[in-house]
Amino acid sequence: MRLEPASEEAAAEAVQRLARDRLPARIEGGGTRQAIGRAVQTAATLATGGLRGITLYEPAEMVVAARAGTPLRELEAALAAKGQMLPFEPMDHRPLLGAAGEPTVGGIVAGNHSGPRRVKAGACRDALIGVRFVNGRGEVLRSGGRVMKNVTGLDLVKLLCGSWGRLALLTECTFKVLPLPEDSLTLVFEGLDDAAANALLTTALATPFEPSGAAHLPEGVGAGRARTLLRLEGFAASIRYRADRLAAQLAGHGRAERIEGEASRSLWRSIRDVEPLAEPRERAVWRLSLPPRRGAEVVARIRAERDCRVLYDWGGGLVWLATAEAGDAGEAPIRAAARAAGGHATLVRGSLELRARIAAFEPPSAPLRALEEGIRQAFDPLGLFNPGLVHAGS
Amino acid sequence: MSGIAFPAPDPDILARRARIVAGLRALLPEDAVIDDPVELAPYETDAFTAYRRLPLAVVLPRSTAEVSAVLAHCAREGVPVVPRGAGTSLSGGAIPLEDAVVLGLARMSRLLAIDTADRTARVQAGITNLAITDAVAEHGFFYAPDPSSQLACTLGGNIAMNSGGAHCLKYGVTTNNLLGVTLVTADGTVVELGSEALEPAGLDLVGLVCGGEGQLGVVTEAIVRILPQPEGARPVLLAFPSSEAAGACVAEVIGAGIVPVAIEFMDNPAIRICEAFAKAGYPTEAEAMLIVEVEGSDAEIDAELARITAIARRHGVTTVKESRSATETAQIWKGRKSAFGATGRIADYICMDGTIPTGRLPEVLGRMQEIVQGYGLRVANVFHAGDGNLHPLILYDVNDPGQAARAEAAGADILKLCVEVGGCLTGEHGVGIEKRDLMREQFTEAELAQQWRVRAVFDPRRRLNPGKVFPLDLEPAG
Repeated sequence: MRLEPASEEAAAEAVQRLARDRLPARIEGGGTRQAIGRAVQTAATLATGGLRGITLYEPAEMVVAARAGTPLRELEAALAAKGQMLPFEPMDHRPLLGAAGEPTVGGIVAGNHSGPRRVKAGACRDALIGVRFVNGRGEVLRSGGRVMKNVTGLDLVKLLCGSWGRLALLTECTFKVLPLPEDSLTLVFEGLDDAAANALLTTALATPFEPSGAAHLPEGVGAGRARTLLRLEGFAASIRYRADRLAAQLAGHGRAERIEGEASRSLWRSIRDVEPLAEPRERAVWRLSLPPRRGAEVVARIRAERDCRVLYDWGGGLVWLATAEAGDAGEAPIRAAARAAGGHATLVRGSLELRARIAAFEPPSAPLRALEEGIRQAFDPLGLFNPGLVHAGS
Repeated sequence: MSGIAFPAPDPDILARRARIVAGLRALLPEDAVIDDPVELAPYETDAFTAYRRLPLAVVLPRSTAEVSAVLAHCAREGVPVVPRGAGTSLSGGAIPLEDAVVLGLARMSRLLAIDTADRTARVQAGITNLAITDAVAEHGFFYAPDPSSQLACTLGGNIAMNSGGAHCLKYGVTTNNLLGVTLVTADGTVVELGSEALEPAGLDLVGLVCGGEGQLGVVTEAIVRILPQPEGARPVLLAFPSSEAAGACVAEVIGAGIVPVAIEFMDNPAIRICEAFAKAGYPTEAEAMLIVEVEGSDAEIDAELARITAIARRHGVTTVKESRSATETAQIWKGRKSAFGATGRIADYICMDGTIPTGRLPEVLGRMQEIVQGYGLRVANVFHAGDGNLHPLILYDVNDPGQAARAEAAGADILKLCVEVGGCLTGEHGVGIEKRDLMREQFTEAELAQQWRVRAVFDPRRRLNPGKVFPLDLEPAG
């Protein structure tokens, strides 16, 4: 059964119906990330395609709100027309997952999907200032609002952002936005090994020059030679000054080339979307969230046990890793290395068989699992939303 | 003032006081348990001084293990616990109850580790906000959220209230600068949430605990984001003949793609009060004044300030005073930062904390004036203009009980106005007891019940900081 409510009110009625019939549902936005997580077998699908449109945009207040099913493209175009943008540069998973469809606002928020600019401008959860949603009781509720500073009551906005649709059906999301940078340029250091590149990136992020991207493509990933990249965005004169200062401060790592204009923009788009690891298609792709300075060390530990190709973003705090699906697709060594460094790992791409075999999301410790289960009960007592998507049996 | 109700103390707990205190003494060193009424007195209120209650006892643990032991003991005895940092809450978030144990974090004030490569610091929750910046300054870093009370207030209190400050337009508030916490829940269970990684695994429980007003657990340690100091920072002071002109200037600055680190607004009464106190060189005849601060190299600052003053000229700016030195910068800020103290010299006041959409600013300023005049009182306005967080100071005479009650009523009307125009009750001070009974202005019963159920996951018996945030008559939801 497919439910596609055309209004928030109809969405609440749809959830009430699911509750009455005890019918769990998979929530679907644009359908571009359906291949992430455990395969969910539900009798019903609850689609947000009918919840569409920008409901508020005040450029002078740097705030925008859109219904959950609004295509991200539509929202970004409206912002660009006024010289603004979503600060967190949301990743588009289509190239990596080979998926069709249109990413939606709700899908971005449900997964807290943030791109390279996170190191400077924060994540999706930092830009999200308000939500409207339907809980598992079929009640339409709000948390946060349209103002940037709001500490009234519990911050359910943060809880829903990155919850993968396990708590509620998002119906509307409000973001703070930023001006589009006047200009951008990228400094490129060539030929560094992973450890040296990781050190360069964390050093650069500790300067006052505010790189808005800090990534490393090892040799053979994306191009021939290894490339270590720092992006600067802002007023033209300002970023040239900052590039000079950064290049001088990092001269010990080699001479920095510069990439500007469309070449720079398309390079960061491909990093954002992890395009260099999209092929070969049959490889599993993991996403590791780590303390930034531990990035290269964690990869070295994994490499000792398993062949893999990697891409570093967020100064080393985000590692994308492609490896063969054979066995556990590296789950044991990957999780062990990430955990030892204080991080965690998620399988973002894998075949149905692999996702049935191993846990895609980091299994929580017992006390964390108890809190998460309690919170799910508090929102969705019947377990209607995306059951089993993140963890088996929950 | 006595308009805000407190839950009645449980006579059974009061009767067991000696046993409860003896149990605490068995867990903690001699000097970590206070039950002498004279020594308890400093803990009877916080910065919301109109209300006070002497607690059952105060404990001052030195470690997470001690905090856990205290909470487990209080859970067994069924005793409420009120967590406390420095007691600077303006909303009564740390005001005790007579049948509660105050758990003070003041002795857990150590900085545990600094990591400049990860740009993080690990600290105990009782460290003061400014001590973090002081400790990381030698490495070229700072901790961004900067509430006015930063010299005294603790990080634990900042986390409880998700505190902001003047510079959050660029750097965000506490939740945007917090990566992990050690949380002790009501039954004494210790859980680690988050880490030095940029995002937590699973649900964002760090984001939930931040702003939880001490009702989800006691935070004993935290991992915070530290940021590299900018090369330089300089403010410009801009005076306008009307609030409308100042508001339009703010809108156009932001519309031009400029995001200053701070945009502070003061109205004429606030300008006069601050100038009389701080001699900062403020134009006392101006109806409205902005302090706009930008960061970067000297050349970058010059360029950005030139853009800003050009916009201000289009809006009829009457005074432009650009800081040319660190001394001038300090002077410009001194007036603003002493606004509360300066106001306290001329009158008693209550400080409100609502937030509004910035586009509604001129209208809200006018209506606030009408509301306060309607109660026969005066108001001075200082606020964070970039984010719409208002701090109207309602002036009254504490020795006149009629005035005090009228000031409270005027404050409530102002907060209702904030909600009416699309804003909220509190931008950075928290709900505490002060705004507890206004929560239904902003939330429906179903929304309050949803928050209540989430709170109950962490503290099913509602023993942590009870009587705050949620209206007292809110029924436990099924």
